[in-house]
Amino acid sequence: MRRYLLPVAVLASLVAAWQLAASTGLLANVLNLEDFLVPAPSEIAKTLWEDRSLLADNAWVTLKEVLLGFGCALVAGLAFAVGLHLSETLRRAFYPLIVASQTIPIIAVAPILVVWFGFGIGPKLAIIALICFFPITVNTLDGLRSVDPDAVKMMRTLDASRWAILRRVESPTALPFAFSGAKIAVAVAVIGAVFGEWAGSSSGLGYLMQLDNAALNTPRLWASVTVLSAMAILLFALLALLEKKVVSWR
Amino acid sequence: MLTRTGAPTKEPLSIGTNSAPPDGGEVRVAAIEHAFAQLRVLAGLSLRAAPHEVLGIVGPSGCGKSTLLELIAGLREPDAGTIAVGAAAEPTERLARCAYLPQRDLLLPWYSAIDNAGLALRNRGLGKAEARRRAGQLFERFGLEGFERSRPSELSGGMRQRVAFLRTLIAGKPVLLLDEPFASLDAITRGEMQAWLAGALATEPRTVILVTHDVEEALYLSDRVAVLSSRPGRLVSELTPLAPRASDRAAAITTPEFGALRAEAMRALREGSR
Repeated sequence: MRRYLLPVAVLASLVAAWQLAASTGLLANVLNLEDFLVPAPSEIAKTLWEDRSLLADNAWVTLKEVLLGFGCALVAGLAFAVGLHLSETLRRAFYPLIVASQTIPIIAVAPILVVWFGFGIGPKLAIIALICFFPITVNTLDGLRSVDPDAVKMMRTLDASRWAILRRVESPTALPFAFSGAKIAVAVAVIGAVFGEWAGSSSGLGYLMQLDNAALNTPRLWASVTVLSAMAILLFALLALLEKKVVSWR
Repeated sequence: MLTRTGAPTKEPLSIGTNSAPPDGGEVRVAAIEHAFAQLRVLAGLSLRAAPHEVLGIVGPSGCGKSTLLELIAGLREPDAGTIAVGAAAEPTERLARCAYLPQRDLLLPWYSAIDNAGLALRNRGLGKAEARRRAGQLFERFGLEGFERSRPSELSGGMRQRVAFLRTLIAGKPVLLLDEPFASLDAITRGEMQAWLAGALATEPRTVILVTHDVEEALYLSDRVAVLSSRPGRLVSELTPLAPRASDRAAAITTPEFGALRAEAMRALREGSR
């Protein structure tokens, strides 16, 4: 618990300073803005409570997109990593392309995907999966390749098939790497969902943020941001917890 | 740290999962040459180990001792020369007859001691419960009872090495290739493990190629000791210890004869490193 003390203290003092600066009108003055555009944390908290059912409904939509998109990326990423690990040819053919895919500006592609696949969940899943795929695949592949060659030799003298080596030596070696990739992925997945919803949607926190942005409803805008951050932190923490359970030998 | 050596009892172990054909464990190495890129590691080396013989191999660092074991095991092919294990000359056939115990125990940290010991059984398609049952029968004999479910990180160095040896033995191969098996242990544990290995080989005889830095270890455990030169490795001298694997190790390694043999081995080593 001690290690959380310091960051929580820093965060609390930042929020307190913000509260002070906003409620006295200092922040609005400095930014040369109307008071209502610079909500204090207390106001944001009030909005969080008052609009809780609206926020929860839209958060649920976004969470579903995140989980499904992340799930697709996880399945595809692990499969690709194993495939690329097992086949030198596949690795040579695909690895540079996977790295190059990272240069695609997802924000720019998002509207095209919406034009192609409509306002439904499809384009969101595609965007989230595209973002998540890279860290999962590359980390898992690195993990598989970091296996101790002496352990593989040892397994071969114990009559291990290729499959047995993959299952008993390489996969457990790669597991912590895969978790690292998944943790990075799940944090950016939430950002991906917001991009997807901005490009075209009829519900979700990203959609709500667009409405509130147009209506200059800054307290609720901040409330949505808070919920999104909480969602990403929660998902990250869940994966970290799962990792501790599964990778018990570390 | 637990230092009980748990000398094996006298009845033979019946580790009946031998996948290799029973045509004995003679190892013949004839005129092999091996190089890594421009680096010549082995130069026309010939060796022979009779079935159930322990052949010790000593030599300066980098003389190709570990490479020799990988070549015999079929993990590599020599540039020239022939290697046969029993009737097997093809690498995959040799691999089926050799079990390899590297210097590091290479226990898999995600498996318990018993699951590490039973790896060969699992690799051959046995179920987890059956592999545990068979490996468990040997734990007491190896002084490991009570530690079946321990993770490797919870075991002492000597115990880890015993689990690794058990894992090698359960594979049921006629030939054991030991690459400095006790080099990572402290002096006292190393001595205990040597005595323990001598006992284990008495009840469970195998053809053993033992590569080591430790002249004393080689002279105590081996029927014959081959001294190799520095790289590229060739045979300098061959010594025949008088009382290999004597039950009282402390007495055996302090006799004048043992001392004379050790001096001779050191002389051969120095000669070969020039």
